[in-house]
Amino acid sequence: MSDLTRETLTLNMGPQHPSTHGVLRLVLELEGELVQKCTPVIGYLHTGIEKEMETRTYLQNVTLVDRIEYVASYMEEMAFYLSVERLMGVEPPPRARAIRVLMCELNRIASHLVYLGSACLDLNISSVFMYCFADRERFLDLSEMVSGQRMMPGYFRVGGVQEDLPPEFIPAARAFLESLPRRVDEYERLLNDNLIWRQRTEGVAVLSRENAIALGATGPVLRGSGVAHDVRKLLPYGGYDDFAFEVPVRGEGDAYARYLVRMEEMRQSRAIAQQVLDRLPDGPVIVADRKVALPPRHELATSMEAVIHQFKLVSEGLHPPVGDSYVATESARGEKGYYVVSDGSNRPVRVHVRAPSFYNLQSLATMIEGRPLADVVVAVASIDIILGDVDR
Amino acid sequence: MSQASILDRLRPHVPWGLTTPREERGRAILLATPGVLLEVLQAVRTHLALDCLVDLTCWDRLPASPRFELVYLLGQAGGADRLTVKVQVESTQPQLPTATAIYPAAAWPEREVFDMFGIVFTGHPDLRRILMPDDWEGHPLRRDYPLTEEAVEFSGHTPKVPSEIVPFFPPRSPSGSGGEAPPVPG
Repeated sequence: MSDLTRETLTLNMGPQHPSTHGVLRLVLELEGELVQKCTPVIGYLHTGIEKEMETRTYLQNVTLVDRIEYVASYMEEMAFYLSVERLMGVEPPPRARAIRVLMCELNRIASHLVYLGSACLDLNISSVFMYCFADRERFLDLSEMVSGQRMMPGYFRVGGVQEDLPPEFIPAARAFLESLPRRVDEYERLLNDNLIWRQRTEGVAVLSRENAIALGATGPVLRGSGVAHDVRKLLPYGGYDDFAFEVPVRGEGDAYARYLVRMEEMRQSRAIAQQVLDRLPDGPVIVADRKVALPPRHELATSMEAVIHQFKLVSEGLHPPVGDSYVATESARGEKGYYVVSDGSNRPVRVHVRAPSFYNLQSLATMIEGRPLADVVVAVASIDIILGDVDR
Repeated sequence: MSQASILDRLRPHVPWGLTTPREERGRAILLATPGVLLEVLQAVRTHLALDCLVDLTCWDRLPASPRFELVYLLGQAGGADRLTVKVQVESTQPQLPTATAIYPAAAWPEREVFDMFGIVFTGHPDLRRILMPDDWEGHPLRRDYPLTEEAVEFSGHTPKVPSEIVPFFPPRSPSGSGGEAPPVPG
């Protein structure tokens, strides 16, 4: 080999590239087709949400947290409010806890459908992409029923949720869950027997168990590498210990294993959501403490106290006691947690988001170094990053 | 195993005089001094089998001293044990040894803390800015770094500092009092 052919080529992929799932830039050093070195460059979607949250009240901040992991907003709100509630010592009523679990699990299904659709689109399997987004549309309709918003719902509150479920929601949710297994089976048939899908994902983007743990990977990436690590099971939060479900694990550590883990997780999420619907408790959906929760709308016309409480909560907001808190939750991409520091004023001193995509993306270089360029696309899709979550 | 016992299990392996154990809202917290940080992390990794760096972050305690508090959240792959290690660093030339040799996952979060707070991790293999542009000046998440609005060219619009939009209520403000100007850091 002459000196000329031994030279490596530096290739810039992104930040605008259809298969980087957002504005991710990868600086790749290639020797022929093989990637010698991969340096992810992130920050193109950095919007300073953590800084901005320091200037807003705890109620206003729900608008910002939705925009971090924007395809899994309900789980984002769950993580933020659990942390604030831990700080304040507030426990939401049973019905609110059940509704939160229900919305999070429906959201997890929708989020995995986005993964599946976009991962397939990267490998030019565009029919599965269309099917997945059509199914996700049904979740967006459900989201609109409960919160009025298809994305960025802003539905959870400190001590509960904003409104009770509307009457048309439960039949619609049941119909969605009823049809889901057939759809998931269909996608699995379409892909498991698809030579292109199998050859492009099996043995590709391999992350060993040791590397996955060392690099801080969580969620389906860690479970695809053979570690049965699910925060919902290990450190149950928000009422997850009331429901039976299983944690799918695969040992291969490749893109195909992560795909199988997510497919099974959709079925498990459906099982949880059905258990919630079967055993939905009655009662209030938010705590009765008027120093924490806004009074119901109809009281404002008849009660002066309600007006005062409403005014104080909206203009001034909550005063959590001095201290910090962190509650780990299992988002669609891995461990999500909010580290919230309060000095007793109406604004947080510091809000830090433990972003699963940020940590999972760290393992990208390990997955693709020494592998062909074409595997980069598969690896990025199989980590299932949300750039809003990486850059915050 | 409950989280309380984690601190007891760690006790024989770290210089206990230089660390303060604490139990808070179900979390086991160990306050270490910068000098023994690596020793504590190594002990946690070897003797407690906490093999995951779950999270690493920092917050600015201004006007308190020492100014910065770093928070290392350690966990276990497939296990429920959790330990929070906190270290406080002074504001003049803040620096700490890197944890990347013990927890490789610390590489990116340490870059983020450097980017946002200006804390230098000595021995870090690749300490560059990660979220802000490389030529950015200042460290945005410090409390004395102002959050301002970009000027626009519309007439009749006076850009407001976002922190002035929401009135600031100090801790335990008497009910009925109005909003006050936030304390000016620095």
